[in-house]
Amino acid sequence: MRENFLVVENVSKSFGGVKAISNVSFSLSGNSLLGIIGPNGAGKTTLINIITGFIKPDSGRVIFKGDDITGLPGYKIAEKGIARTFQIVRPFLHLPAYKNLIIPLYSKRVKSFRGGRFGDRDTVAIDLLEEVGFERDSSVPYKSASSLPHGYLKRLELARCLALQPELLILDELFSGMSMSEVAATVPIIEKLKAEGLTLIMIEHRLRELFRIADKVIVLNFGEKIAEGKPSEVIENELVKVAYLGAESA
Amino acid sequence: MIRKERIDRGIKVRSDDIYAISSYREILYLLLPRVIPVLCLLLLPTLLGSYYERVIIISCLMGLLALSWDLLASIGLFSLGQAFFFGVGGYASGFFSYQLGLPVPYSIVLGTVSGALVCTLLLAPVLRLKGVYFSIVTLAFPLFFVRIIESTKILGGTEGITGISPIGNSWIELYIPIFVFLFSLFGLRRLINSDYGIVLQAIRDNDRAVISSGINVYAYKLECTFIVSLLSCFSGAFMTHIYQAVGLSAFALDYSLLPLTSAVLGGVGTFAGPAIGTFILVPLSEFLRVFGTLRVVFYSVILFLCIVLLPEGIFPFLKRKYHQIERFVEV
Ligand SMILES: Nc1ncnc2c1ncn2[C@@H]1O[C@H](COP(=O)(O)OP(=O)(O)OP(=O)(O)O)[C@@H](O)[C@H]1O
Ligand SMILES: [Mg+2]
Repeated sequence: MRENFLVVENVSKSFGGVKAISNVSFSLSGNSLLGIIGPNGAGKTTLINIITGFIKPDSGRVIFKGDDITGLPGYKIAEKGIARTFQIVRPFLHLPAYKNLIIPLYSKRVKSFRGGRFGDRDTVAIDLLEEVGFERDSSVPYKSASSLPHGYLKRLELARCLALQPELLILDELFSGMSMSEVAATVPIIEKLKAEGLTLIMIEHRLRELFRIADKVIVLNFGEKIAEGKPSEVIENELVKVAYLGAESA
Repeated sequence: MIRKERIDRGIKVRSDDIYAISSYREILYLLLPRVIPVLCLLLLPTLLGSYYERVIIISCLMGLLALSWDLLASIGLFSLGQAFFFGVGGYASGFFSYQLGLPVPYSIVLGTVSGALVCTLLLAPVLRLKGVYFSIVTLAFPLFFVRIIESTKILGGTEGITGISPIGNSWIELYIPIFVFLFSLFGLRRLINSDYGIVLQAIRDNDRAVISSGINVYAYKLECTFIVSLLSCFSGAFMTHIYQAVGLSAFALDYSLLPLTSAVLGGVGTFAGPAIGTFILVPLSEFLRVFGTLRVVFYSVILFLCIVLLPEGIFPFLKRKYHQIERFVEV
C-alpha cells in the first residue's frame, strides 16, 4: 500500500451562511477502501465535489499522488484518474446504454492509454457493461438509457467510471435505490476492483454492506469530521451514535 | 402461404447503426430516401426555370442556417440569433469585395473564415451560459451589431454597402449553394452519429457527467461554435454577392426565426428535419407573396397547423412511416 495516495488538508466550504464543510482533513493510502458516512446534509457530497473539481473550496488543499489538484477544472482531475459517480444518476438519456460509455472512452486519458485511436469503442463498451452485470447477449445494452430501470442506471454509472480506467474511484451512494439482490451482486464487483489495485471512496447509507468491505471510515456531521477509524472502532464511537440516533439517546 | 413483413426488420440488427444487408432490394430500400432528394435538388432547377432557381438558392442558404442551428441545439445551446452569424458573414465578404476590391471567390472564402473567427471569438465568453440565458444573449447579438454600425457609420452605416460584384456565372451561383448545402447535410448527419457526435449529444443531456468522464466540455462547445459559424457565415457571404449588396437587414430577426421554425417544423436534432423545414418554409413564403400583407397570417396558420398535427416534426414522422412499409413474403 502506498501512503498518501490522496491527501485532503483543512478543506472548508460554505454556501451563504451554511458551513457545508469545515476544516476537514484525511488521507488515504493506495489500494484501500474508505467509507464516508454521516446523516443527510452532513456535507459528504460537497466533499466529493471539492475533490473532483466541481466546487472550489474556500480554503484547504487536495493532493493526489503528490500533485496539488485543488481548484483544477473537473475534466483535468478526471484525466488524472479520479472517476466519480453522481448521487442523482442522470445518464445520457438520448443514447443507448452502451453509447453512454463512448464519452469516457473518447476522453484524452483513455485515448492515450491505448496508444492513440483504438478501433472499436462499441465493443469495449459492451465488455464493460458485462463487467457490471448487463446481460451480454440480451438487448439490454442496446436499449435507450431512458428505458432502463434504476438499478441498471446505477450500474451504468459505475461502468461509465470504469471506462475511464481510473486510479481512484469515488462512489456517491451507489447502493441507494438498488434492490437487495442488486446490492448483493454489486459488492463482489467492488471487491474485485479493489483486488485489481483500485483505490475507492464510498459514501453510503447502507452501513452493514459498507462496514464489511471498508478499510477505514470517516464520519461527517454538520460539515465536520467527528470520527475516523476502522469500521469496528467507528461503530463503538459515542459521537457517531449521537449523530446517527439523535440527541435523546445520548 | 404469404404474409406481410416490415422491410426494415430484416435489415436492422438490434441497434440503429448496425445493418445487415442481404439483397439489392434492401440496398435500394436504404439508398432511395437519400438519393431521391439529392437528385431532385440537382435536377429541379434546370426543369423549373430561372425564377425557381432563385428560390432554390435562397432555400439552400437558409438551409445552412437551419442546419447550423440544429448543430448548436445538439450540444444544448438554443440560439435565437442565427442572424448574427449571417450578418457578420455578409458584411465580411462585402468588406473584402467592395472596400478591399478582392475578386469574388476570395471575398467569399475570406468572408466566411474571418467572419467565423469573429463570431466564435465573440461567443466564446457566453458559451458557459445555459438554457434561456444563452438564448437571450444570442438574441441580443445581432441588435448589438446593428446599433454599432448605425452609430459609428462604418461599413456604409444605415445605407449598407451596395454595388458589390455579382457572382457572374449562373451555374456557379446555383450549384455552389446546392453542393455546400448537401455536403453539410450529409456531413453533419454523419458527424452526429460518430463518437464525436455522441459526445456532443451527451453534453446536452448532462454536462457534469461528461466533465467527470475527462472531457473538456468548453473546448467541444468552442469547436461546435466554429463549425456553426463557418456554415452560417458562408450563407451570409454568398447572399451578399447574390444581392450585390449588404445592409442592416442582414441582421434582421427573420434570419434568426426562420432556422428555428424550420427545425421545429422538420424535427429538431435530425438535420434532415431542419433541411426539409426550410425547403417548405422558404418557397411557401415566396408563393404567399401574392397575398401581400395577409402573407404573414397564412404563413402562421400553416406553421401552426403543422406543429399541432405533427409535434414530433415532419422528418421523424416520414421516417417512421417509411420503416413501417411492408412487403409480402412467402412462408
Ligand atoms: N450548491 C449548493 N448551494 C447551496 N447549498 C448547498 C449546495 N450544495 C450543498 N449545499 C448545502 O450544503 C450542505 C451539505 O450538503 P451535501 O449535499 O454535501 O450533504 P450530503 O452529506 O451529501 O447529504 P445527503 O446524505 O442527503 O446526500 C447542505 O446543507 C446543503 O443544503
Ligand atoms: Mg449527498
